[in-house]
Amino acid sequence: MVSFTPTDEQQLLLDTIRRYAVNDMRGAAHEADEASEPAHDVVRTGWQLGLIPSAIPEELGGFGEMSALTGVLAAEELAFGDLATAMHVLTPALFAYPLVLFGTAEQRENWLPLFLEERFVPATAALLEPGIFFDPYDLSTQASSADGQICLNGAKAYVPLAENARVMLVYARNVETGSVDAYIVEKGTDGVQIEKREQMMGLRALPTYRVHFNNVVVDASARLGGAVGSDFTVLLNRSHVALAALAVGVARASYEYARDYAKQRVQFGKPIAQNQSIAFMLAEAAIEIDAARLLVWEAAWKLDQGEDAAREAYLAKQYADQMVLKVADAGVQVLGGYGFIREYPVERWLRNGRGFPTFTGMAMV
Amino acid sequence: MAISFEIPENVQQMTQATAFMAQTYMRPYSRQLDENEHERPKEFVEAMWPILRDQQKATLDKLTRPANGDGEKKKRSSAANLRLMLLVEQLAWGDAGVYLCLPSAGLGGFAIEAVGTTEQKLRFLSRFAEGDKPVWGAMAITEPGAGSDNSSMSTTAVFDEATNEWVLNGEKIFITSGKLALEESNGLVVVWATVNKAAGRAGIKSFIVEAGTPGVSIGKVEIKHGIRASDTASIVFNNARIPADNILGSAEVQATKEDKGFKGAMATFDASRPIVAASALGVGRASLEFVKEKLAKNGIEIPHNLPYHKLTAIQRDVLEMEAQWKAAYLLTLRSVAMMDEGIHNSLEASMAKLKAARACSWIAQKTVEILGQMGYSREWLAEKWMRDSRIAQIYEGTDQINTLIIARRILDYTRRELA
Repeated sequence: MVSFTPTDEQQLLLDTIRRYAVNDMRGAAHEADEASEPAHDVVRTGWQLGLIPSAIPEELGGFGEMSALTGVLAAEELAFGDLATAMHVLTPALFAYPLVLFGTAEQRENWLPLFLEERFVPATAALLEPGIFFDPYDLSTQASSADGQICLNGAKAYVPLAENARVMLVYARNVETGSVDAYIVEKGTDGVQIEKREQMMGLRALPTYRVHFNNVVVDASARLGGAVGSDFTVLLNRSHVALAALAVGVARASYEYARDYAKQRVQFGKPIAQNQSIAFMLAEAAIEIDAARLLVWEAAWKLDQGEDAAREAYLAKQYADQMVLKVADAGVQVLGGYGFIREYPVERWLRNGRGFPTFTGMAMV
Repeated sequence: MAISFEIPENVQQMTQATAFMAQTYMRPYSRQLDENEHERPKEFVEAMWPILRDQQKATLDKLTRPANGDGEKKKRSSAANLRLMLLVEQLAWGDAGVYLCLPSAGLGGFAIEAVGTTEQKLRFLSRFAEGDKPVWGAMAITEPGAGSDNSSMSTTAVFDEATNEWVLNGEKIFITSGKLALEESNGLVVVWATVNKAAGRAGIKSFIVEAGTPGVSIGKVEIKHGIRASDTASIVFNNARIPADNILGSAEVQATKEDKGFKGAMATFDASRPIVAASALGVGRASLEFVKEKLAKNGIEIPHNLPYHKLTAIQRDVLEMEAQWKAAYLLTLRSVAMMDEGIHNSLEASMAKLKAARACSWIAQKTVEILGQMGYSREWLAEKWMRDSRIAQIYEGTDQINTLIIARRILDYTRRELA
């Protein structure tokens, strides 16, 4: 049966996140962006929504309800509040969700209980690499194995929360097989060199780092999924839909703000929204946001059905990447001169929205 | 409820059966019917009539059945709009012009369903539920001087108390299947006319005009850019007299509630716009499948695991075409699913229609471009699909009118506030 109505539980969660987005995230976003510092108390409150614990299996103390669909619903609502805080709160999922999906019993038991605590525990993943032509299937970071150990070499970029992360997943290309695998690397492992924070156009309140791996040696058991390994395509699909959902949230924030502004801003004796030139931009934005959201929902639904959703996830990501840029750009335009002033949020949403084509692997549902 | 994209099993079966009809009775005749503009798609009409007739009969039987099995009735009809969307999408994939020749009550049927009484439904729709000869219905709103601004229509309906009849005068144009309905079968046309010009929209009512009514004649039969297999005619009313109870809805002109007189037309659009979207999707899919097939034959696959810098320009184009098609498909799916759930869908119907029409025109145009001289050649159907797709941006409300409707809704503005 085709339906577009979330379950009652999902709706309850959405209402809760909406309150958090409006009451907590929105108020702190500007200052955090200006200071390039996370709003730590808002992150803490966001963590207490319990999004990641709900995905952790019941036998380990979680709620065992890992759903891509619920994940994208939540992600959109969080990004509607503020993208930097949303990605901050969700960063531990970059480590936890791949373990839920592909971790060995030992890996899951060792690490997943960490995320059931009331306090936010930073953990992360490193996929992106420095340089202009990034291809997730063709990584420069290499993993070579010898004597039951694995040696990692390479450089990673845009690794969120790397400095404080207790543990991270490092994606690398196996030099023998060419396959992409993930490796669990704990804080303080020899050869891991975390550089200064990256400086970016947007997402300024989220600390991200370039990280070097110089002959980093981990035990063979640190490979995600152990001898069986993991399915990198599935992880990438889940990342694509998560990012696309976040993009929808950013776009909706900009659109709703511009819509309300246009109804209040009076020029030539009437609200500017009463001009077709403005009204039509807003109509266009409304359609494109809905279109992108539906692409995201369909891909997420397919993931939850256990179907191959690679094409859907890829198209949803591509569509949302373009959509958010267009909509956030329109948001700035509707506000005219005020759109360019940092006191108004629309320019931040444009800066944040522009990042999505780049953020490969930086969120996960 | 839960978010789901699961198409029910029986609807999937219907879709497959329709795909077979499209392949068998539409595609093979596509070029011929395009080149010979006013030739009728005999094979298609003959194949479809018994199916549609029996469906219409089943719908009418439900009206007369005693009201006990209520719950069951509701359940069975709950995917009706989804079915129709997927049916039309398949048929338009076969041929968008031929699809419009479906022997059925058509848009007139939508109007009768939306505002007719049970008695009227039985009286007027029975002809679509019986007999060996196909019957067509049509809807007449547009006039030479009233397109998007259809409330300024000048066709009049004057009540003659002496004979208890309505008297119609005026001219309607661009009527899909108008000639089929009035001259080539025992069909009917739902005609919109004003009973009181001074009352504006409130004075506009719809009337059922049956084939054979004196004073009704077919004027011009249009020759068109695309959908050439479809019959597009003008209808002239010259003191055409119809019975008093051929009016749909109330004859009252309610001056207070301005939009009441238009409610019927609007309700019709909520149901028909997703269907126009579906027909656009069919043509769009035809183009997309065709271009991918031709590219594959030339060794070009369209991957979904490469970063932007590793894609060729053609791969980027086709991926964008696919994404646009999917977005349009999902917006349309939402608009019909909402209708099936009984949720008001005016906004979503307009969104779906606008997006699907625009996306699929673009897809068809892009297909011609990518296929180069063969895209432009009448040897293949790509150029025909490009012409066929274009109409969806125009009928049932142009892109611009739909954008205006969407803008008013999202801004919560009246027609006066956002003109």
